[in-house]
Amino acid sequence: MNRARKLACVVVLVVCAMSLAANWLAPAGYAKQFREAPDAPPSHQHLLGTDEVGRDRFARVLYGTRISLLLAPAAALVSTVLAALVGGLAGYLGGFWLRLARGFTDLFLSLPWLFLLITVRALLPLNVSPLTSVLITFLILGLLGWAASARVLSTSADALRNSDFILQARASGLHGPRLFLIHVLPNLKPVLYAQFWISIPVFILSEANLGILGLGVAEPMPSWGSLLRELEGLISFREEPWRLVPLLLLIVVMTSFQLLLSNEEVTA
Amino acid sequence: MNMSKPGRPAFSQFLFCVAFLSLALSAVASAQSGGELRFCLRSEPKTFDPLLVDDDSSLSIRYLTGGVLVRLNRHTQELEPDLAESWKLSKDGKQITFKLRTGVTFSDGSPFSAEDVAFTMQRLMDPALHSSTGDAFRSSSGAVTTKIIALDQIAITFPAPIAGLDRLFDQVAIMSAHSPKKEAAVLGPFMVAEYKAGSSLLLRRNPSYWKKDSQGRRLPYLDSIRLDIQSNRDVEMLRFKRGELDLINVIDSDYFDRLAASSPGLAHDAGASLDSDFMWFNLVASAPIPDYKRAWFRSTNFRRAISEAINRNDLARIVFNGHAQPAVGPVSPANKFWFDSNLKAETYRPDAALNLLQADGFHLQNGALLDKAGNAVEFSIVTNASSKPRERMAVMVQEDLGKLGIKVNVVTLDFPSLIERISQKFNYEAAMLGFRNVDLDPNGQMNIWLSSAENHAWNPQQKAPETAWEAEMDRLMRAQASAADPKKRKESFDRVQEIVAEQVPFIYLVNQNALSAVSSAVQGADPGILSPQTFWNADRITLNQTKRASR
Repeated sequence: MNRARKLACVVVLVVCAMSLAANWLAPAGYAKQFREAPDAPPSHQHLLGTDEVGRDRFARVLYGTRISLLLAPAAALVSTVLAALVGGLAGYLGGFWLRLARGFTDLFLSLPWLFLLITVRALLPLNVSPLTSVLITFLILGLLGWAASARVLSTSADALRNSDFILQARASGLHGPRLFLIHVLPNLKPVLYAQFWISIPVFILSEANLGILGLGVAEPMPSWGSLLRELEGLISFREEPWRLVPLLLLIVVMTSFQLLLSNEEVTA
Repeated sequence: MNMSKPGRPAFSQFLFCVAFLSLALSAVASAQSGGELRFCLRSEPKTFDPLLVDDDSSLSIRYLTGGVLVRLNRHTQELEPDLAESWKLSKDGKQITFKLRTGVTFSDGSPFSAEDVAFTMQRLMDPALHSSTGDAFRSSSGAVTTKIIALDQIAITFPAPIAGLDRLFDQVAIMSAHSPKKEAAVLGPFMVAEYKAGSSLLLRRNPSYWKKDSQGRRLPYLDSIRLDIQSNRDVEMLRFKRGELDLINVIDSDYFDRLAASSPGLAHDAGASLDSDFMWFNLVASAPIPDYKRAWFRSTNFRRAISEAINRNDLARIVFNGHAQPAVGPVSPANKFWFDSNLKAETYRPDAALNLLQADGFHLQNGALLDKAGNAVEFSIVTNASSKPRERMAVMVQEDLGKLGIKVNVVTLDFPSLIERISQKFNYEAAMLGFRNVDLDPNGQMNIWLSSAENHAWNPQQKAPETAWEAEMDRLMRAQASAADPKKRKESFDRVQEIVAEQVPFIYLVNQNALSAVSSAVQGADPGILSPQTFWNADRITLNQTKRASR
């Protein structure tokens, strides 16, 4: 393991440990409003200051990290599995199925998702707990985010289908699901990994954008997305640099995840 | 004695006086030498037809270009003569007679007369036009008649009395009956010279504008006004700071504080505005909500308790950085005549709130509030997702009510979905919104307080009033709308305000302050609370080119 990967490993472990220990590190919790000190700068009491309504930003970052680190990868997993099924299978089968899958993914990508999401929100009940709203949000992201990955996977699987080793496997009598699971899927692994890691920050930012539609994580529960929304309208970073912490944390954690992967896994 | 010297001091004094005078004159000249005022419209104007105006941007253009018979002074809140030298209301409140100014011409040179007023009124009241300005004049069915008594005198008769009739003419820009230029021929201080869709609008001074200053100089002082169409408030603020804009008509409290910190002289807080933010519960009988919740919401004690459990001072201090006042009721204290001064803002009394709830059979169990039947008190507040201040207020209300053991779920929705829920499907429990009041007169609120009205938000379009207090409000609103005597009208509307305070159909939260930004190069601007806050006296605004260059 090279030094960069070791460092990345430490970063991810520290971040995960801190988010899991949020109850002890920030006993005030993410929802308590210190109304005598709204928008306060960092202090001994509030390490990252407070937000607009006086909630401890450090506590919100820790709890938000816990939610986003758990649910954004979960959503990415859902979307990658769906992409592997649709794109991978279509590419493997080729011909009519490939054309059908590509047509379907193109149609899926061209749909006006913004308006469909508004409709989805209108169908949901209003009285849902913040935790349920988090689960719903990331599930929707996972279910809707597969199409772009599926297109990439179908191209890769299509290339594999005509490769020499697949021809050899076929010539040896291997075919059907067994060929797909033993030879095709393992060779799609680097692409799948790449799509998975790319999806995580995309889903985190999508969750922040969904907040504008009322589909994001419900108040008072924090997430990286809702913490990033705090940066809206921030004109000068120099005046309040501590407000950039959620953004920096997102960059650091995502970079660490990328470093943790081997070169072969990342370069698809 | 030196007799040769006395002339010198006199001469030098003369030279000094000449120099001083020329400096003073050049200062005046630089302040009043025209120039171009620049500010932003937040959206594309939907129309240039002054009678069809319905959006903020078109309103601004109408204000700057349109000539009206009477003008509401945005500072004193009193009506002043404009194109009409005087006016007289009949005792029954059905007729108004205007004595018009003579020698006035439109921007294209065509003369202004009573014919133009008659033409404007006939067009305004044409049902096919669908003018929202005209709707304010429709008190009952029947035709509006105009009688030209002379070229400078006209009587307008309505089928039924209209309370506050003269004030309504502040919104009616007179159009030319004969000019081929139609709405392009204007009587206001400026006229539209250039329009680049999606980009900007240039208004040039109207050379035919009739007003003069006390020294007899023709107004306006400015040569032109450039209005850039810019919806992004960050960009607007950056451009203002760079000196590319001279005014920001309305700014948020966050921006205001940042500007006040860096350039205190440019940020203007005119005090509480007419705008209010409030929340309400869904009282619609057919609403798809559980019966036990409907019973809570229909209880006056419950609504009063919620109102008393909200810390309005904290909302004003935290959400608006102190640039808001705890709201009293439907009328802001900024509305000098119509505000009922006997009313006070609800104070934060969580203990009293709990007592009220207990009187209705609610009780605490393990920190949660339960009703008589043991149902946990939980409801959702819907609000529009695009409003950060409202989201923050909802979160603070959530915490305040949490202290009483009430669980509140804050749901932010896009605006069309929100409106659909609260006005068509009634699929919501509580809602938080704001009311942007541009009209001082209570007649502007008829569509809110009448139980049959569409905007009677808590229970709209009732066939007959469902409660005694709503029936009384209907009676009082109709009484004030038909009375000609302002005192009687005020008595009726004061009682309406008291009923609202007693029954709490709306829980008023805060009145936001009117915040604006005006460059130091702009002279004569007097930011106020009434729209248009910063440029209501645009015809008397001057630009100091020296200061502008130094920005």
